[in-house]
Amino acid sequence: MAGFSVPRYGPERSGWGRLMARDSVVRRLDWPLLGSALALSFIGSLLVWSATRGRDSLTHGDPYYFLIRHALNTGIGMALMIGTIWLGHRTLRGAVPVLYGLSVLLVMVVLTPLGATVNGAHAWILLPGGFSLQPSEFTKITIILGMAMLLAARVDAGDQVHPDHRTVAKALGLAALPMAVVMGMPDLGSVMVMVVIVLGVLLASGASNRWVFGLLGTGVAGAVAIWQLGLLDDYQIARFAAFANPALDPAGVGYNTNQARIAIGSGGLHGTGLFQGTQTTGQFVPEQQTDFVFTVAGEELGFLGAGLILVLLGVVLWRACRIARETTELYGTIVAAGIIAWFAFQAFENIGMTLGIMPVAGLPLPFVSYGGSSMFAVWVAVGLLQSIRVQRPITA
Amino acid sequence: MSNIPETGRTQRVQIRLIVIQVLVFSLLLTLGGRLWYLQIRNGQEYSDEAKNNHVQQVVQPAARGSILDARGVPLADNETRLVVSASRTELMKMDDDGKAVLTRLADVLDMKPKDVFDKVRLCDAKTPQPCWNGSPYQPIPVTDEATTQQALTIRERAEDFPGITAEPTAVRRYAAPGKANTAQVLGYLSPVTDEEITKAQDSESPYLRSDMVGRSGLERTYDKELRGKAGVTRYEVDNLGRVIGQAKNDEAEAGSSVVTSIDARVQAVAEYELNDAMKKARQEFDTNTGENYKADSGAVVVMEAKTGRVVAMASLPNYDPNSWVGGISAKDYAKLTGKKSNFPLLNRAIQGQAAPGSIFKVISSTAAVNAGYPFDGHYPCPSSYSIGGQTFKNFESQGYGDITIGRALEVSCDTVYYGIAHKEWAKDGGNNPKKNPKDWFYKTAHQFGLGKETGIDLPNEVSGRVPDREWKKNFAKANHDAWCKQGKKDGTYVEKIAYENCLEGDKMRAGDSVNYSIGQGDTLVTPIQMATIYAAISNGGTLYDPTVGKAIVSGDGKTVQEIEPKSHGKLPFTKKTRNEIDEALAGVATRGSAAWRFGGWPQDKIPMHAKTGTAEVYGKQTTSWFATYTKDYSIVMTISQGGTGSGASGPAVRNIYNALYGLDATGKQDLKKALLPTPQKGLPKVQTDGTIDAPKIKPYDPASQKPPAEQTLAAVLGRRD
Repeated sequence: MAGFSVPRYGPERSGWGRLMARDSVVRRLDWPLLGSALALSFIGSLLVWSATRGRDSLTHGDPYYFLIRHALNTGIGMALMIGTIWLGHRTLRGAVPVLYGLSVLLVMVVLTPLGATVNGAHAWILLPGGFSLQPSEFTKITIILGMAMLLAARVDAGDQVHPDHRTVAKALGLAALPMAVVMGMPDLGSVMVMVVIVLGVLLASGASNRWVFGLLGTGVAGAVAIWQLGLLDDYQIARFAAFANPALDPAGVGYNTNQARIAIGSGGLHGTGLFQGTQTTGQFVPEQQTDFVFTVAGEELGFLGAGLILVLLGVVLWRACRIARETTELYGTIVAAGIIAWFAFQAFENIGMTLGIMPVAGLPLPFVSYGGSSMFAVWVAVGLLQSIRVQRPITA
Repeated sequence: MSNIPETGRTQRVQIRLIVIQVLVFSLLLTLGGRLWYLQIRNGQEYSDEAKNNHVQQVVQPAARGSILDARGVPLADNETRLVVSASRTELMKMDDDGKAVLTRLADVLDMKPKDVFDKVRLCDAKTPQPCWNGSPYQPIPVTDEATTQQALTIRERAEDFPGITAEPTAVRRYAAPGKANTAQVLGYLSPVTDEEITKAQDSESPYLRSDMVGRSGLERTYDKELRGKAGVTRYEVDNLGRVIGQAKNDEAEAGSSVVTSIDARVQAVAEYELNDAMKKARQEFDTNTGENYKADSGAVVVMEAKTGRVVAMASLPNYDPNSWVGGISAKDYAKLTGKKSNFPLLNRAIQGQAAPGSIFKVISSTAAVNAGYPFDGHYPCPSSYSIGGQTFKNFESQGYGDITIGRALEVSCDTVYYGIAHKEWAKDGGNNPKKNPKDWFYKTAHQFGLGKETGIDLPNEVSGRVPDREWKKNFAKANHDAWCKQGKKDGTYVEKIAYENCLEGDKMRAGDSVNYSIGQGDTLVTPIQMATIYAAISNGGTLYDPTVGKAIVSGDGKTVQEIEPKSHGKLPFTKKTRNEIDEALAGVATRGSAAWRFGGWPQDKIPMHAKTGTAEVYGKQTTSWFATYTKDYSIVMTISQGGTGSGASGPAVRNIYNALYGLDATGKQDLKKALLPTPQKGLPKVQTDGTIDAPKIKPYDPASQKPPAEQTLAAVLGRRD
């Protein structure tokens, strides 16, 4: 593919100029982070292309359909990143209540007749032009920003060393509202990610250990309660059962995991080569352009290619960790930590389920999976990370 | 701005950030480790699984080759039936899973749509028959009885019948051209067994579940050649079983055809005449047993004398080989293998063994000459010969005074052979045998190829038996206890024999030797052995391995692999002795024991040589043997419980010769009527598309060779014999 082009965007022209004028911004950008994210998106576009070029029912006969869209999504995502950097996370801090309100509103819309169900999760809003929106992706960001805003306010103001209990309780309440809505969709995968985000945020905020362990305990108790009270749908129970014993019903619920593992396992060291995977061209793995995109890498690019994805994700997370540690204000730290928790867990869950060490949950692989909402969200997150880095004093 | 140092934040947050970092990277490491485990450690296992996942085999059966007669007339070939099949793979691609197509198809085939749906559904535990038990990638037959019109409709309206094929498909057929049944020679097919499928699974030519395998006769001997090679197409399929590519394609190779030396016309004559001879024998009264001859079974072999090729081989009782086609029913099988039907599956030409009687005397004569008794010396031929109070009589003749060995052959004088055999027995030490006895008579029998299979290209040939000293010893060892238990000194005939055997059953007694010299006693031969021997006398002494297969012609007719005659030995006589025997055997036909059967034979044009034989079997009626040859053919016929050689088999053998040479009953030759005045040379031409221009053949009309006057005369006079 021919890479991507940053779309020209008119209104921001003056902003672009501002960025250029302050050449320090460009210089201060975390280039390894940006490069890795870009590389992941690029690999992702190839994998998505390979997985979809033969699926006429999805592509309407155009083998480049998903390739083009993935590139477009990446482009829009990068534009959003630039916008985020341009605005700056501190500027955004003021807009957090509005953004938060908007995102909660959007997830609620999903529950109205405007929402659509994909793969058992009623988590989507269909837009014209074949696009669809998954508001829970943006909610991940607003939860991070909202909680960070609350938790860091008094600390960054110098009033407290650590957020007090009241603040923590308020922050948790802020997170709980959209999570409850998402839970009701039900989009269990996203809720799991949000729980981990909340954990990461709490850890980084310096909130008392009691909160951290209390939340962990609540999580476990909640999981048990959900199981016991039968709040899960049958398909969710089946996924967990298949995870526990993949040999169980290989044609049914165990099918995904089985086929995914065969695809990855058959890749060997070098893989079969792009477009050469029999599991991929034979469409044995379902949802291969989205949730199971890693299987394409495993089969066609082999251990080297799939390992490269892990390494690139590692670079992204390593840079994010550095940014979290090096920023001087707690707000930035919390935001970065939230993003780290998000990326790390989502990647682990996504790749882990294809490797058979995690139960199947409908989560995209950041940067790599096809999907606009996810792509936009992760690039905004990259924008936030860059902004945190750019806006810290150079002489730390 | 704040009182918190610029360098960062509290210790707690700093530590927690490190904890987060450690957690994050341990997650990534876990993924990396697992990835290594799946791809590198267990990679092979998974790539095998992926292969199974996406490759499906479709096997196309190869058309089985034909078995042809010497002129290309198919004795066994394939009948094409129009089979309409549905491809599930194609049907499943349709929005309604092919329902509409199948409904239209049912209409064309005059079937109920439900029946068609049922036939193409896949069998599983819950689906009752009818359902398809084979591979879902194999076209599923809907009917094998489509009419040409139906097949044409389906083909012409291909757009209405996507995934439906109407193909002519091969089914084995034994055509019995001109009523030449040839059952035991052709053999039969039966379905492949699980064991064979497993064994051939990874070979170059795997069996299909529907395959038939040659079990007997030519079908078995040449099974590999006839079967050809099934084609295997390996399709890459996707998760729904839709074909996304062809991985590998091995074309099916049609089986080769086997051209035999059998001439269907001669075969038909042989079968007819054998049956006729047996029918007639059953009308003859047997004075020994006081009832008509049973003539329960018989065999005839017509062989090319100079090559050992079998022109006709018949064995009765026989059966219809078509009863095996499409799987034999339990009832038919019981019938074919039961004692009541007298085992029609046996090919008595190679599997029937009996004492040879006097047709053995060519061997005794050779043995005598080799032992130093001049052929034209004079030997007494009294009407009986006594050894130690036991009298051995002349079976087929009276006393002739002192005669030559040649004359003894002609008139079949037993006592001449008794005398010589007795002398030789005494020379070898008599009852106290020498260490290295000469055993001329036994050695010569072995040299003539007796006691051993001839090596004909038909399965399960039996070896017969030469009752030499070694055999006697082994036989006695095995039966000693039984004999001694049964034997009584003054009991019945059987008990007396058992008593004697108990005492000295392992010894070659004088009686054994003299009996043996005229082909009676424990000697066993098969018709094919005798045909081989008489052919060898005709050709100057070469014992050919008899062959039925003459050439293997590939399905496209391009490669022809001829089966050359092979020899397994030379007869142990000099040219002089051979000529003397030859002359004596001609004498048999002109003035000897078979002369009454060859009245009017054009001996000057077609020299006929013959030897009659009547073998005694304890507790049964005599076995009739008739061994003959001309310069081109050797014909041997035997009828179990059929009477004397010339009596039972004579006219039948002559009629076969008549048909071969185009002779009428008076001996007048009409070459136009001759079926095969000289052996068939050359091979039928197989076209590149596998077809053969075979001549049409008319069934054998036994009356046709007799002139009209003769027929009426025969009718008035009754049987001429």
